[in-house]
Amino acid sequence: MADRILVFAEQRGGSFHKGAFEALGLAKSLGGEVHALVVGSSVASIAPSLGAYGAQTVHTVEDGALELYWSCGYAAALAAAIEKIKPDLVLTVATAMGKDLVPRVAARMKMGLLTNCISLEEADGCFVATKSMYGGKVFSKVKSDGKPIVATLRPAAYPVPEATGSDAVVETLAVTMPTSSRVKVLEVQKMAEGELDVQEADIVVSGGRGLKEPDNFKLVRDLAGSLGAAVGASRAAVDAGWIDHSHQVGQTGKTVSPKLYVAVGISGAIQHLAGMRTAKCILAVNKDPEAPIFNLADYGIVGDLFKVLPELTEAIKKAKQ
Amino acid sequence: MKIVVCMKQVPSSEARIALASDGVSINTTDVEMAINPYDEYAVEEALQIKEARGEGEVVILSIGPEKTVESIRKCMAMGADRGILVKDEAYLGGDALGTARILADIIKGEAPDLVMCGKLSIDLESDGTAIALAEYLDWAHVSMVQKIEWEDNTTAKCLRSIEGGVELVQVTLPAVLSAEKGLNEPRYPKLKGVMQAKRKPLAETTPSIASEEVNTEAALIKIVSLAPPPDRAGGQKFEGEVSEIVPKVVELLKTEAKVL
Repeated sequence: MADRILVFAEQRGGSFHKGAFEALGLAKSLGGEVHALVVGSSVASIAPSLGAYGAQTVHTVEDGALELYWSCGYAAALAAAIEKIKPDLVLTVATAMGKDLVPRVAARMKMGLLTNCISLEEADGCFVATKSMYGGKVFSKVKSDGKPIVATLRPAAYPVPEATGSDAVVETLAVTMPTSSRVKVLEVQKMAEGELDVQEADIVVSGGRGLKEPDNFKLVRDLAGSLGAAVGASRAAVDAGWIDHSHQVGQTGKTVSPKLYVAVGISGAIQHLAGMRTAKCILAVNKDPEAPIFNLADYGIVGDLFKVLPELTEAIKKAKQ
Repeated sequence: MKIVVCMKQVPSSEARIALASDGVSINTTDVEMAINPYDEYAVEEALQIKEARGEGEVVILSIGPEKTVESIRKCMAMGADRGILVKDEAYLGGDALGTARILADIIKGEAPDLVMCGKLSIDLESDGTAIALAEYLDWAHVSMVQKIEWEDNTTAKCLRSIEGGVELVQVTLPAVLSAEKGLNEPRYPKLKGVMQAKRKPLAETTPSIASEEVNTEAALIKIVSLAPPPDRAGGQKFEGEVSEIVPKVVELLKTEAKVL
């Protein structure tokens, strides 16, 4: 059993990323003392609520310079919390912030580094993780050697636990901010209203080469609209310039684990399947009955997407009424 | 402007991966090897920076077996000036932090102004190396960079994608920047470049840090087993009249899969 676990609970603008709760849920199930760290410019009001997700003590580091994510300042805060708590495991989720923060802290604090874990457990005093390798073509078990580690979890790999407990004890931690920083986040630009991130969304509708031309992405967007889904794309569609790379799902794009993944006009190249095979439910629409995507899909519609999609969009709108 | 680009040779993204009999590695015979795609964006960006300034040097740094030379030569054919390879087996196969320490050891000797890396190696899906390297160098870093705009010779504005938006990050050199797809479109080497690449200097080197020392300070992460991904049984396939099958599938999504 881990004696002490420290969860870095990511927040932006006063709202926790749901990965904070996922990590706390896992930390609680691993046993031992569960500490959380919240870093920002003004986080005292949101910190106690982490108690409901399993944090016994929440440590806060507040400084005006920490309003936006800042690698130097956040690393100083996390390093200070590690000095204080001396955890066996530091846990967070592999978001843009988590991925950026933990390698620096692991290197500084001389802790092992295990990133993008699909699962994480303890065995004989070591941590054992399942990881995707070779773009999901291989799953590996990797093991630490008993010394303390820092780990990131793949987003949505663990469920958000039900909020049950009471508020946690909050302790403020005074950390002197680095003064000689050569890096600074100037601003955060949000996505257009209504547009969802493929990695964050519960439902993703992706389009591929079968759409034939960029304008036909409208069909995918309409379907996504009816489902409240994010719009994804295959590498073929991105490389053809039909849609921005931030939408790409697959080995050189994003790995997603939504509740429902809809693949439209995507045959299922191995590098695409790697990015979406952990979806809970997959629906594929393709005119080729032999397309490899059907080997993975829970539901497959063999047909012309230009006929299927408008009908599907309408039927879903009706079903959701 | 001296730029070191860290490059790893990996199985190409199209390659079929077969597990080796030892259970902890893959079969690399007959597997097409390539420059890690994200490192290729890093190489291209370094070349563009050098070209825009009209001066500078682009050095490719790699840790890997002899075969890695092919990928270093390809980077040279794209335009890189020289290469450094660590191929001593004692230094191969380290975890992300170990690799970062070896890279830092050599980069300190090179003393560049900028280090470019890929955001991730697509083989072991290791994404901590570039950032840990920045820590070992005591440099700033910006990871997963999609766009770089130079304000002057040492200050750049970088765009990086975050959940639901982008961050605009200002960074002053020396720094480590890691490349995301979309940063640029890597060039194909021209024949002339390929010919010139053969004569460019490629040094084999041994880090000053002893191989036994690389992984002593932190927990070492080791692969204990590899397996194919868990099977996903195919489900139900529907063919026929669209107006009949679509409502059927929607009903199943609602009542059976419970995802609507």
